[in-house]
Amino acid sequence: MARIRFKNVRHAYPPPKGQEPVYALKEINQIWEDGGAYALLGPSGCGKTTLLNIISGLLTPSEGDILFDGKEVTDQPISARQIAQVFQFPVVYDTMTVYDNLAFPLRNRRMAEHLVKERVHQIAEMLDLTASLKQRAAGLTADGKQKISLGRGLVRSDVNAILFDEPLTVIDPHLKWQLRSKLKELHQQVGMTMIYVTHDQVEALTFADKVVVMYDGTVVQVGTPVELFNHPQHTFVGYFIGSPGMNILPCTIDGGRPVFCDHPLPISQPVKGDLDGKLEVGIRPEFVDFAEDGIPVIIDKVEDLGRYQVLTLRHESQVIKMVLREDQTIPSENPRIRFDPEQTRVYCDDWAVEEAAHD
Amino acid sequence: MTKTQSNKAWWLVVPVLILVAFNAFIPLLTVINYAFQETFGNNVFFWEGTTWFEQVLNSSRFHQSMMRQLAFTGMILLIEVPLGIGVALTMPRKGPWVSVCLVLMALPLLIPWNVVGAMWNIFALPNIGLLGHTLNSMGIDYNFTQQPVAAWITTVIMDVWHWTSLIVLLCYAGLSSIPDDYYQAAHIDGASRWAIFRYIQLPKMKRVLTIGILLRFMDSFMIYTEPFVLTGGGPGNTTTFLSIDLVKMALGQFDLGPAAAMSLIYLLVVLLICWVFYTIMMRNEEQ
Repeated sequence: MARIRFKNVRHAYPPPKGQEPVYALKEINQIWEDGGAYALLGPSGCGKTTLLNIISGLLTPSEGDILFDGKEVTDQPISARQIAQVFQFPVVYDTMTVYDNLAFPLRNRRMAEHLVKERVHQIAEMLDLTASLKQRAAGLTADGKQKISLGRGLVRSDVNAILFDEPLTVIDPHLKWQLRSKLKELHQQVGMTMIYVTHDQVEALTFADKVVVMYDGTVVQVGTPVELFNHPQHTFVGYFIGSPGMNILPCTIDGGRPVFCDHPLPISQPVKGDLDGKLEVGIRPEFVDFAEDGIPVIIDKVEDLGRYQVLTLRHESQVIKMVLREDQTIPSENPRIRFDPEQTRVYCDDWAVEEAAHD
Repeated sequence: MTKTQSNKAWWLVVPVLILVAFNAFIPLLTVINYAFQETFGNNVFFWEGTTWFEQVLNSSRFHQSMMRQLAFTGMILLIEVPLGIGVALTMPRKGPWVSVCLVLMALPLLIPWNVVGAMWNIFALPNIGLLGHTLNSMGIDYNFTQQPVAAWITTVIMDVWHWTSLIVLLCYAGLSSIPDDYYQAAHIDGASRWAIFRYIQLPKMKRVLTIGILLRFMDSFMIYTEPFVLTGGGPGNTTTFLSIDLVKMALGQFDLGPAAAMSLIYLLVVLLICWVFYTIMMRNEEQ
């Protein structure tokens, strides 16, 4: 059990000859509290896996330090760190039985055989593997093999953290749900730090207390699912979280208030100071409403998603998505829209602009 | 459009059938023919039944060459397989050295058998060969043309030099197919170097290794050209392996009947050992 801290960590993979190194991780400062359930969310190639491998010690970062409970571990080998890690594709030791697979990490650490037995049965019970304990691992389905991988991660009780690298990619949807609930349950029981990498926002939001959103080698925001939804710190977070994502529209600022295509937009708090850079306004489709005196739009498309409808609207060349709840109706002619002032955010060069007074 | 039914396509198989008939089927039948009969030329044959087989199976000459053959094959397998695995494990997986290593490894395999024999013959000659001369000038009495032990060592080393590469290349192919995830997971699980070899690398190499051992078994069990060029079966009969003995009997002494019987026994032994080995390996796989 430990609090894991990243201090100015940067990492670049060795570049091809004669080329400048490209940083897969650009300066990360991050604290993983002991016992937290974190989701690491981001698109493919944003550095999630690199970050995990740095925590577990499979990779040594090019620059920066990693501290476990304030103790420097940057150059420590994997064995000294006590980290469990589960990979995207199932890894099983083909020649062993399921039991031996689960016992492998414990036996490598010279645990007494009766303790191994107890622990393996406990984990097998949890993952519904008890019936197949005596079977050869090679004969199992992909689901079963990934359960073994998960089991080998969970079987050690002395670990500082368990890292999951998109572990449910190969698993059937209904089983995915089950296993994720199991993991969450387990987290509540034993209180180990868990870091769960995924590019699926639903997975991230259901698993984690804290979601860490990564984009292009940096952490763009850390927060609870609600914070990420209501106050995206970066346009990427707005766009990536939520379905459909946040509308990001070009704007100008006049007297602390955004102006979109000559339409001044009301905002709860004026933005501070002079802004220099690419200015944008962000509004979630859920907070767009029809209004008699709003911005005129053309309705391009209506998608019915069952509980609600998604409208694709257009004002001049700008596309705006809108979520229409059941109680709302589409006006028959000259539709106009307004944005909820409480939920309208201003971005400068993709980062949220501080509002004059925000709690 | 109507389709006419026709089996004329079968004629396309004819060339292959003729080829197989002439290079395998007819020669084999001829051998069987000789194995059960006695001939004094002029295409006159007398039925002999199993006489030749009994003669061969009871002759101490056959027993001795069989023992020499088994010893030789056993020795080269015991050296080449562990050595091949070891070399494959130390070869680089990435980078510019991969192709260099692969080419170096493949080189011995490209050299014709008789050239390998001639090379080693010259290399090991006690008076002018680099190896022979060096050993002798170091004070080691080495003469493979007169000392049975030296002849054996030279023959075995020659085979190891020629064929270990095959095991290396097959194992390397097996090792390259292991995803990085396996090694990473093993490191996380705290596996030792030995455990990684035992539980990840060896199982993944098993199939190619089975094929490699089978190939090396068959080839070395039927080895002829290299020892023939190197030692000619000598000194005395000490490196006369089965096929050298067979040729001596068939062409040297023109004992066609016993030679034919010996060929068939030889063939059956090779088939039997291969079958037993393969069955055992595959049964393990299924469990």
